[in-house]
Amino acid sequence: MSLLEVKDLQVRVEEREILHGLSLTVNPGQVHAIMGPNGSGKSTLSHVIAGKPGYEVTGGQILFKGEDLLEMAPNERAAKGVFLAFQYPVEIPGVTTWNFLHAALNAQRKARGEDEISSPAFLKKVREVAKSLNIPQDMLKRGVNVGFSGGEKKRNEILQMALFEPAVCILDEMDSGLDIDALRIAADGVNALRSPERAMVVITHYQRLLNYIVPDVVHVMSKGRVVKSGGKELALELEESGYAQFEDAA
Amino acid sequence: MNVVAKTETGRALGDAFAVVRDRLPGKGKIADQRQQAFEAYERSGLPHRRIEDWKYTDLRALMREVLPLAPAPDAAALDRATAAIKLRAIDGVRRLVLVDGAFAADLSDLGSLEKGLSVRPLREVLDAGDAALSAQAFASDISNPMIALNGAMATDGVVIDIADGTVLTRPLHIVHVASGTAPVATFTRSLLRLGRDTGVTLVESYLAAEGAKAYQTHDGLIVAIGDNARLDHVRLVEDSVDAFNISSATVTLGAHAHFNTFGLTSGGHVSRYQLTVTCAGEGSKVETNGVNLINGKQHADTTLFMDHAVPHCASREIFRAVVDDRAHSVFQGRIIVRPDAQKTDAKMMTRALLLSDDAEADNKPELEIFADDVTCGHGATTGALDESLLFYMRARGLPEKEAQALLIQAFVGEAIETIASDALREVAIAAAQRWLEARA
Ligand SMILES: Nc1ncnc2c1ncn2[C@@H]1O[C@H](COP(=O)(O)OP(=O)(O)O)[C@@H](O)[C@H]1O
Ligand SMILES: [Mg+2]
Repeated sequence: MSLLEVKDLQVRVEEREILHGLSLTVNPGQVHAIMGPNGSGKSTLSHVIAGKPGYEVTGGQILFKGEDLLEMAPNERAAKGVFLAFQYPVEIPGVTTWNFLHAALNAQRKARGEDEISSPAFLKKVREVAKSLNIPQDMLKRGVNVGFSGGEKKRNEILQMALFEPAVCILDEMDSGLDIDALRIAADGVNALRSPERAMVVITHYQRLLNYIVPDVVHVMSKGRVVKSGGKELALELEESGYAQFEDAA
Repeated sequence: MNVVAKTETGRALGDAFAVVRDRLPGKGKIADQRQQAFEAYERSGLPHRRIEDWKYTDLRALMREVLPLAPAPDAAALDRATAAIKLRAIDGVRRLVLVDGAFAADLSDLGSLEKGLSVRPLREVLDAGDAALSAQAFASDISNPMIALNGAMATDGVVIDIADGTVLTRPLHIVHVASGTAPVATFTRSLLRLGRDTGVTLVESYLAAEGAKAYQTHDGLIVAIGDNARLDHVRLVEDSVDAFNISSATVTLGAHAHFNTFGLTSGGHVSRYQLTVTCAGEGSKVETNGVNLINGKQHADTTLFMDHAVPHCASREIFRAVVDDRAHSVFQGRIIVRPDAQKTDAKMMTRALLLSDDAEADNKPELEIFADDVTCGHGATTGALDESLLFYMRARGLPEKEAQALLIQAFVGEAIETIASDALREVAIAAAQRWLEARA
């Protein structure tokens, strides 16, 4: 069974249709890249998969391991194994990263009928992951993302991804705002999480990221549709010829 | 012409006074003071919305009935009170208990009082006829009708004296418990006098025993903080959600004195806390902070009057209201800087968080500045929880109520942080947590 199946998805925001029948099938172990110019609907797709309010799904389906994802609250989706690394992670003053991650992890475990993770076990786990991503301990004591640089915020997203061990990871413009060193660290973090059971959907509008996270499948999105799919060479092709040809096609 | 239309409730309170006046403690001068206070109350009756200070808390509309004065608690009442106290016990404090408005010596920790500390029930002080002390206990602003009524009716309370140079490490904890015997009204008044170079922490809590639902608590606290003295004060209102709590505190600071006060209101159907603080000595410092956490049909009013009477004093005010369902939170903060009070530094910041469309938060800051060389300011915001934060948190697996709870904790945390003692900060956090868990 495919892990994530988006079928003919139509989505409106404030009376305006943004996605016009988008389909996508992601199997375990795969890395899919979704490329497309600004405004083509990439973030909209990621938000609808994660369950952000404010989007009206007027047609189509999203199945996760065969279950109707659209019927689930965002937190249920997370507990089932859907993870979105946000393009713009928010700042949450007054809620320390430790606290937040501990509460979130336990909420997910509880929803799955698993035991809570104790503070010491949790600390150990977070420390290990933070170290591998070059995230200093004191960052974890601060409010979630408060005072973090763009790169630190992105690394904090990868940290959460590693901690929650989701089945499907959607990374929305993970590379934006990262210099080459930061990009490498973040990409290493993502690559370390690749596994035969897990799938990733890497959203970007630059080919550069795909040198570090090499995809199995590349989709080109334009104006709310997937207009072309292919292997990783499609990304290079795009790098040379740009998106213009697809804008006409859409 | 000064014709006051009185409500049934207002009249019934007057009748109640007539019935009990001869049984109230204190004769002679005290009886006269009670009479004056009662007449002051009678002139206006229950305050209503056309009185500026009571604009948002119209007691004529809210207080539909007056309850009979509480009888002295019997053994069963004391047992229920004991159980309630146990549930909210704070470690390491000296507990002083008032059950249904009567000092309960058996439930209080009166053993091995520290040198320099004196604790007496108000009733005893009044009966003993200590004129100066009694006068101080009743010297409050009777232009406020509810404070006047409290003075007229007060049956008991705690009188605490801290002798010059005494620093107490063990906090004092005055616990007001409604025993639930019957729907009753209680009128208490307490007095705390800190000599010069003293330090003490006072916690006050208002609790309901099992079965105590609709009752009315009227309480007044009078505090004099001597030169160079410090009072840390934490006040927790966890009354039954059917109860009334009409309270006041009147605090005066001497030179270089420090008053740090924090109040949390999560209980009570209607509550009003009027805090009047006067910086009467140069170089004194005041921090008054508070949190309201209310839901259902609760109404909680905190009214602060900060009076800068002399130069070189500082006051800080942080207030947070979290309002759910159809609840109504009121914050009124008035800062007066008198003509002589140069170099005053006074700031006030209040924020309200509305968790439902029907929730209401009124905020009335007032600055009256008559001195020219001062730093004064206030700010206020009202808003809802940030949807984008909530979504982020839910996308990480937190159910909506849990995500809200974390954001609410952070929001009230800014006020709770101001509590100086680690242990009491934990007590306040626990009270906020109880509210959050009850709503989850
Ligand atoms: N909340 C919103 N309200 C109105 N329009 C929106 C909203 N979110 C996205 N859009 C519009 O939807 C289109 C797709 O946006 P988005 O999904 O952010 O694209 P991408 O991530 O590919 O840059 C854009 O035209 C954008 O203006
Ligand atoms: Mg985007």
